[in-house]
Amino acid sequence: MLDTVITSEQLFQALRETVVMVGVSLFFGALLGIPIGIILVITRPGGVLPNRIIYSVLNPIINIVRSLPFIILLVAIIPFTRLLVHTSIGTSAAIVPLVVYIAPYIGRLVENSLLEVSPGILEAAEAMGATTFQVIWHFLLPEAFGSLILTMTTAMIGLVGATAMAGTVGGGGIGDLAISYGYQRFDTFVMIVTVAILIIFVQGIQSAGNRLARKARRD
Amino acid sequence: MIELRDIYKTFERKGQSIEALRGVSLHVDKGDIYGVIGYSGAGKSTLIRLVNYLERPTGGEVLVEGEPLAEYNPAQLRAAKKKIGMIFQHFNLLESKTVFDNIAIPLVLLKRSKKEIQDRVTELLKFTGLEDKAKSYPKELSGGQKQRVGIARALATNPSILLCDEATSALDPQTTKSILELLKKINKEYNITIMIITHEMAVIQQICNKVAVMEQGEIIEQGKVLDVFGSPHHPTTQSFVQTVIHNSVPQSVLNTLKAEPGRRLFRLKFVGGTASEPIINSLIRRFEINANILFANMTEIQQTTLGTMILQLNGEHTVIDQAAAFIVSQGVEIQEVEV
Repeated sequence: MLDTVITSEQLFQALRETVVMVGVSLFFGALLGIPIGIILVITRPGGVLPNRIIYSVLNPIINIVRSLPFIILLVAIIPFTRLLVHTSIGTSAAIVPLVVYIAPYIGRLVENSLLEVSPGILEAAEAMGATTFQVIWHFLLPEAFGSLILTMTTAMIGLVGATAMAGTVGGGGIGDLAISYGYQRFDTFVMIVTVAILIIFVQGIQSAGNRLARKARRD
Repeated sequence: MIELRDIYKTFERKGQSIEALRGVSLHVDKGDIYGVIGYSGAGKSTLIRLVNYLERPTGGEVLVEGEPLAEYNPAQLRAAKKKIGMIFQHFNLLESKTVFDNIAIPLVLLKRSKKEIQDRVTELLKFTGLEDKAKSYPKELSGGQKQRVGIARALATNPSILLCDEATSALDPQTTKSILELLKKINKEYNITIMIITHEMAVIQQICNKVAVMEQGEIIEQGKVLDVFGSPHHPTTQSFVQTVIHNSVPQSVLNTLKAEPGRRLFRLKFVGGTASEPIINSLIRRFEINANILFANMTEIQQTTLGTMILQLNGEHTVIDQAAAFIVSQGVEIQEVEV
């Protein structure tokens, strides 16, 4: 049962690929997703700066992208991926669809976090004569900070799951290892090891996120 | 200082329009502590939000220090808001920032220097009695302390007006009293005009010099607190006044009085100095009547005593009339009560 064809080097390589894919796509996903979330919150009807046009265009776009399962999104945007990174296979080719997948998700999660900020705080900000930027920077973001950390934790875990499918375009990573060796070659050892690694990965991210969020919220 | 001219405000909710304010006019002078009282839904919260344009009127004009707010551009409006502080029922402090940083926010928005912020916040912490709480977070404070932080934050930019939106409604009576004392101190020492929205007549009684009573989007009575408390006209005003001054005779007492003919009931109102004169004593000495005090009450409003008494007089009809005339001549208001 413990006969296996993979080397520990392969395992570390896969681990590295997963970390890179999750890390880089979380970074770019957040870079796009956080502003999306902020825009959704301030342009919504009754928001700080209501704008029917922006809100009613952005909102359905996010729903459309979010309704695609990652495996389909991955294939569907290959031309776009090729345009951006000049290749459609490999780790960097996997990052493009990962970002496209996670950014709207982060946007939606950030929106929810920011909506948790009590309307009274925003009213106080408005009464102080704060500009829209000041409302976001000095009131919305600091008050939602703990919740935003949890948002990023959830997004990160979602990314770990999505990277398993990145193998389809040769993206590599732990998930890819589990499918191509553990599943397709009936290598039970690889299956057990990769599943264990994924569990530790997700647990680690979640408890680190919880701890940071607790600290930010001063519970 | 603050002037509302014939204000209308209509909200559109789910295709229905709700008239929150219907032709409200009021005038707040510099140095006033102006109270607006009403039951929930009377429109008082909407009213106070007009003064710093958190709500815009659908009709009418809002003038602050003589300037119509409608004519300001967004930047001018933001500048005007910095001259108007506001405190809230639920304090609306930032949970993520310390007491110090909460008070500093309005100054940070103005991009003041670190030193200036440090000095001003320290001064405000001292003024509100929160010196030892500078590094605490709002979560660690009591309701009264949170409202003190709210007040310090509202004063940070040296406003000339302070708006209080049900500022004591979430506090217990003892804490309410201390917050009201603080507001009074602000009014006196900083000469800040204060406008207060409340549903508690005790708040009006304790610190306001003028009051407006609201019902269904309209002001039904307004004037100096002493006048309104002394002779409330509208039934709603009367019921508010009765929450702090009990001046009605219980029904059971009235029923026994009905059975005794030849006796007449009078309601007397003493204001200021007359409250301390021995009028009843002189009354009994001068006239052939018996007097029975059914009820008496004294309340202090704006450092003036307001006394109410319900007096039963027993004697000949004409003598009682003379006695009543005597009471009037002593500067006491008198009114016969039908049994």
